[in-house]
Formats: sequence, structure tokens, C-alpha cells
Amino acid sequence: MRVLTAFIKKEFWHVLRDRRSLTILLGLPVMMILIFGFALSNEVKNSSVAILDFAGDDVSAQIIHRLNSSQYFDITHRLRRFDDLESLFRQNQVRLGLVFPANLQDDLIGDGEGAIQIIGNAVDPNTTNTTIQYVSAIVADYQKELWQTQEIPYQIDVSYRMLYNPQLESAYTFVPGVMTLILMLLGTMMTSVSIVREKEMGTMEVLLVSPMRPILVIISKAIPYLVLCFVDVLIILLLAYTVLEMPLRGNLLLLLLMCILFVLTTLTLGLLVSTLVESQQVAMFLSLVGFFMPALIFGGYLFPIENMPEILQVISNAVPTRWFYNILKNIMIKGLGFEYIIKEAIILSGMTFLFLVIALKKFKIRLM
Amino acid sequence: MNKLITIETRDLTKRFGNFTAVDAISFKVYEGEIFGFLGANGAGKTTAMRMLCGLLTPTSGQALVAGYDIYRQPNQLKAHIGYMSQKFSLYPNLTARENMTFYAGIYGMKRKEIGDKVHSLIKSLGVEKYSDMQVHNLPLGWKQKISFMTAIIHNPKIVFLDEPTGGVDPITRRQFWDMIYEAADRGITVFVTTHYMDEAEYCDRVSMMVDGAIAALDTPEALKTRYSVASMNDVFIQLARKANRSAV
Repeated sequence: MRVLTAFIKKEFWHVLRDRRSLTILLGLPVMMILIFGFALSNEVKNSSVAILDFAGDDVSAQIIHRLNSSQYFDITHRLRRFDDLESLFRQNQVRLGLVFPANLQDDLIGDGEGAIQIIGNAVDPNTTNTTIQYVSAIVADYQKELWQTQEIPYQIDVSYRMLYNPQLESAYTFVPGVMTLILMLLGTMMTSVSIVREKEMGTMEVLLVSPMRPILVIISKAIPYLVLCFVDVLIILLLAYTVLEMPLRGNLLLLLLMCILFVLTTLTLGLLVSTLVESQQVAMFLSLVGFFMPALIFGGYLFPIENMPEILQVISNAVPTRWFYNILKNIMIKGLGFEYIIKEAIILSGMTFLFLVIALKKFKIRLM
Repeated sequence: MNKLITIETRDLTKRFGNFTAVDAISFKVYEGEIFGFLGANGAGKTTAMRMLCGLLTPTSGQALVAGYDIYRQPNQLKAHIGYMSQKFSLYPNLTARENMTFYAGIYGMKRKEIGDKVHSLIKSLGVEKYSDMQVHNLPLGWKQKISFMTAIIHNPKIVFLDEPTGGVDPITRRQFWDMIYEAADRGITVFVTTHYMDEAEYCDRVSMMVDGAIAALDTPEALKTRYSVASMNDVFIQLARKANRSAV
């Protein structure tokens, strides 16, 4: 125990004196939360729209009016020919083109069914997709009103797939994703680098000559980062609750416990990395490319896992962030209790245990 | 000589693949002795020393260090030896005092004991004014003295020094050797590798390694007489010239 305290104390000295790393450790979460909370949002305002109105009747006029009065669209061009629309797209002048076919009103009244066409500039697929949802929603709105005022149910054909969410209700839906990424990045990279640094400096040799047991070296390396990552969790939660006004759903204690579990997972992963490589650069590279990238791709916050090819879905099971992200969503956003995250918690504990066993096995007691 | 043996090796061998780094060396080191372990670069000194510290597993042969078998009892062995590696082994962003405290701590010394010991070492070194500076700001000579102090902070029976004076000026080297003598006077056996042949003259006995084997082992005086030369430098040149293995 004395040995352990001596070692842990030394690790804290390292961490606290390395100002740059400390800045990253504590500054990154603040920065990420603020950026995700304020600078980045899925909301798309003032998209430029070109109108190609062959109908020129009441229905088209109504819809155009509604688009124009919404904050999401600017009707920048009114065109006569299809070719003009194409050249506008080429010059990247508009995001959407809206085509009202001739006789729209007649079709609507006569057949009870009319169609309008939305052409999107899919160079930025996500943004365009969002704006298309907005148009669809506005048209749907108009249609609903028509139903109320007219006796015959007219139908304007716009297919929309997602539930409409005009402005991503609140920025805090990002918090679980950001939190997962930060912990993954810091936990894995910082720990692996800190052990490999001892190898590089040659101090590992001296530690190996000492009677200190390898498990103690590993534990004492991990503890300061466990504390720091936990501080990060607290910072993120505090910012989320105060600055982003995230409602306090779910059990806070449960949330913190799960965070500790995940930090342990990332730390053991970092330890594992450090036993496999010899230089700090390689450790950083492996943490970033080998673990952070998959964490990003298969975590579920950027790309929905359900839409991935089956083989990738299988792979995503091995990515710890996926499970932690689920836990966070369930606790923080949905406010669910432990019974809904048992599976995830068990999987994460299992991974942690596995990483630890491999790391201990691989940790070389001797040099050769 | 009627002294106690602290290191005894029998046909100690280390191979890396086809390359035999250390070829069946056998020797004895007595308690309180300053034992010089000389040889050209690549002769196998560091490998031999690492085996004796339990850092490398021997391919064959035996060695008892401080009474423990290096193969079977590496953990008991480790508590009784100190090691100063060729690479500089202090933590640059800790102060001298913190480094000493840390190394004392991982050898399981009690807090009170550590405080006293560190205090007295710093005093005896005369580094009071440096003791609270981070080590990376100190000159190399001081770093090496502090390294040595940390290597013997837990009063080991044997201290292994792997080229402790590489790259420092002659005066600092001389001071370093004074520290080595002091440690030896306190009964610590000193096992030291070096390329500086003037340092070889300071040792009680030296062994000369050539191509992984021990080519000669005796007191510096006896070696000079045997090869009828004036200095250890000439002894070294005579022996090293026979080497087949080129310096790495």
C-alpha cells in the first residue's frame, strides 16, 4: 500500500506539472460542449430556394407564401425553365428547387391528388435532407388546413420519412455523444502515452528492477487518469445542466457510476495499448486510429448503426462506445433506470475485465 | 581473500536468436568490492548486467546475486539490488527530492525513514539548492549523482551501474567515483561498467569482456603486469584487438 501511494503521488505530480496535457484534459470537454451546444446544430436557416412555378395558381401561391414566411427559407429565384434551375445548382446558388407542375390546383380538386417536386442539392446530403424535411412539413401543414376547410380530402403528395423536428429541440441531445467521445479519447490516449513514456525514458527499466509488482505499476498509472476523467464527467454534466439547460432526468448516482465504469473500460484499453507498443507516437496513433476512429464511426452518434451493412453492425458490437452511448441516452435523455441498461453495463464490465487480463498478461516483467 | 561472495555466475549465457551476446561467463564478486566490468561496445556488458538484475532471462547457466538465484527468485533479488541504467532514469519533471522520495517509496520504505534518508542524502551531496528544482533543469553531472543516490537509497547489497559517467567532465567523474568509494565503504558492492580506462584503475578488480566472453579478470595492477603495459588503456587495447565482433 505504501508503494502504491508513493507511485500514485508521483503520477499526480506528472499530470499536474504537464500543463499542456492538463489543459487538454480539462479544456477539451469545455470546448467540445460549448462548440456542440452553440456553434453546431442541425438547424438550417435561410436556405436559398428556387421556384419553378408552372402552376401559378392558388395552391402554389399559398405554399410559396408559407415557405417565404418561414425563417428556414429564402426564395431567391423564380424561374421559368428547368435549364435555369440546373445552372443555379451548378453555381451552388440554391439549396433546393421547388417545382409546381401546371394544373396543380385542378389536379387537386379534380383527382383529389396533386404532386410537387423538390430537387435538392445533395452535395451536402445531411443539410439538404433536413431542408427537404422542412418543406415537406410545411406542405403537410398546408394540406391539413385544406382538409379542415374543404369537405373533400385533397391530398398533396409529399413523402416524408422522419418525424418533423423543426429545430433540433435542444442542443443537449449532443451531450451523450460528446461525453462518450471525450472519455474514449482521453482515457485511452492519455493512459497509453503515460506508460509508454516510461518505456521511452528508460525509467521503466528501473521500475522493473525494483521489487514493485507489475499490477501495481498498472493500477497506479490508471488511478490519476481515473480521477481526471471523472472530473471531466463532472465538468461536462455541470456545463450541460447550467449552460445548455439540460433537464436532470434519470438517476444521477447511476449516471456517475456508469461513467466510472466506462472510464475504467477506456483506461484498461489504454493500458493494453501501452503494453503493445514502444513509442509515444505509436501509442497515440494506435489510440486515435485504432480506437478513436471506430469509436466515432461505430458509436451510433454519427451514423445510425441500424442502417449499416450487417457485417459492420456485428463489428460495432465490439466497440465499447456504442454501449456507453446507449447507457447515456437511456439515463440522460430518456431518464430510464438501471433495469434498462443492465445488458450494456454487463458488456462494458466484461470488456474491461478482458482488456485488463490481456494487459496484465502482455505486460513484460522482463525486457526479453 | 576471505570475503563473502555476493555475485557468482556459472556459464551464464544469453543468446538472441543466433547471436550469442554473452557466452558462458563465470566469475565471482566479493562483498564490498568495486568490480569493474569492462569491454568494447557490443561486447555484452549491458546484457550480462541486465541478466544479473533480473531484467533479462538467461538462456543457460546460473547466477546467484545477493544469495538469490536470478532465474528462480527474481522478486526477492530485486529488493536487494540497486540499478542505475545507461539511459538517464530520473523523472525530468520531478524535483531531485521527489525523485528520491519516489524511488524510496517503491522500495517500500516507511515515510519517516524516507524523509530522513532523502534529507541526509541531499545534505551529503551538497545539492540543497538544487533539490527543489525540476531535474530537467539540472546539469548532467548533477543528474547522474542524483541518479546514483536514488539507486542506493534503499541500502541495497549490490548496486549495478551501467556506464554511469558517460558524457560528463573529468572533475564530475572524479566526484562520482568518490561517491562510489563511499558507498563501497558502507559495504555496498559496486558492479560498474565503463569505457573509461582511467576509471578501471579505480576498481578493486576488473573483468575484460571480449566477444561476450571474459578475456581477463584480475586487479588492475596484476593485469598491467601480466600484459607488461603501463596503463589499463593498453591492457584494453591489447585484449580488444583480438575481438572478432565489430563494435556495434
